[in-house]
Amino acid sequence: MTQRLDYLKESPSQTAGPYVHIGCTPNFTGIEIYGGDLGTSMKTGPVKGEEITIKGVVYDGTGTPLRDAMVEIWQPDAAGLFASANETRGQADPNFTGWGRSPGDMNTGEFTFETVKPGAVPFPDGRMQAPHITVWIVARGINLGLHTRIYFADEADANAADPILTRIEHQNRIPTLLAEKSADGSYRFDIHLQGPKETIFFDI
Amino acid sequence: MSPIKPTGGFIPRDRNWQPDALTPPYKTSIKRSPQAALLSFPTTLSEETSPVFGHNILGELDNDLILNYAKPGESAIGPRIIVHGRVLDENGRGVPNALVEFWQANAGGRYRHKKEAYQAALDPNFGGCGRTITAEDGSYEFRTIQPGPYPWPNGMNDWRPAHIHFSVFGHGFAQRLITQMYFEGDPHIKLCPIVGVLKSQEAVDALTALLDMNRTVPMDSRAYKFDMVLRGRRQTYFENRKEGL
Repeated sequence: MTQRLDYLKESPSQTAGPYVHIGCTPNFTGIEIYGGDLGTSMKTGPVKGEEITIKGVVYDGTGTPLRDAMVEIWQPDAAGLFASANETRGQADPNFTGWGRSPGDMNTGEFTFETVKPGAVPFPDGRMQAPHITVWIVARGINLGLHTRIYFADEADANAADPILTRIEHQNRIPTLLAEKSADGSYRFDIHLQGPKETIFFDI
Repeated sequence: MSPIKPTGGFIPRDRNWQPDALTPPYKTSIKRSPQAALLSFPTTLSEETSPVFGHNILGELDNDLILNYAKPGESAIGPRIIVHGRVLDENGRGVPNALVEFWQANAGGRYRHKKEAYQAALDPNFGGCGRTITAEDGSYEFRTIQPGPYPWPNGMNDWRPAHIHFSVFGHGFAQRLITQMYFEGDPHIKLCPIVGVLKSQEAVDALTALLDMNRTVPMDSRAYKFDMVLRGRRQTYFENRKEGL
């Protein structure tokens, strides 16, 4: 008998189910507790950088909006620094949490994040990545939370040099990762779980 | 020589162990499962960092579902239990300061939600959610009532085993995890299409909590032990991240 490696297995994921909002945004469901839901606001005071709004809907393979999803985003501040204990490069904007959580609109499923345009963050090899926001999606019917990223259509030069975007085989799918400015000034980032417009999801 | 610290990227997720996206017996997965290949790449700072949740966000009753929605002097109805365990990483280290959120049906199997249609009664003293943050050794605990099994629309007669949902926030966004805890001995476990997405008995066992008589409070509450494991980071002393990818 050989030795054993003794690593633990990651806990298997299970779907967040139809009532994830009870657990993660209880006030949204009418359970008034905790003094408010976590992740509702990403700003705790005046923030540095360009303030932006991102809106979108999560669609299933039939084009139907999900109204029982939870979307979380995580990003650096305008200078590219994270408000994280693991951030060693400097002090992030103290008025910006970098983290948002949205249950989506009760009727339309549309999620909204009031945030700032993120600064650029290096790839492990030192090259700069294009400005992006990390996204995590859970819902009934999703067995393992889905990771993707929001990049910005108006950062064409940075996107063209991005270490991840440039290694995507099907370059015609890159628009699924790009937030576009809408007429109302907000960025639009819809997420398609499957179908011809299926969003690129990450194994990360 | 300085100690080797696990500051490398996160160990890749084992996709042969985690459930697939498309699991037809769980019908909702059919139209909600991505079909293109996932894009694999090493974690970057965006996934290796995570927001900080301080213990100061917690209220005194946040981890007590028996009392956190109850009227003064009253309490939720059902079998009183304590759920406790540790949040660990794949290297076996306790994960301190992890935000752990949990939600569940009441003792009759009914959720407090406007879309919930099961005829079992609501408990006016039970909200069904709680949260805590792990201690320095990764340990956590909360008190609740044991939830009931309930029927759900999938097959003509599918019932969920009694379960508690968990959402865990570790130290990197790559560790983000939602899962469910089941109770030892529940005959619905082997019948459930959602449990059925798990690929092995070992995976089912990893989500099945055991009765823990050592942690019961005599004449008060039984206890179940439930450990959770988040992705770990690679050890990097000999790794040159400038060249390695």
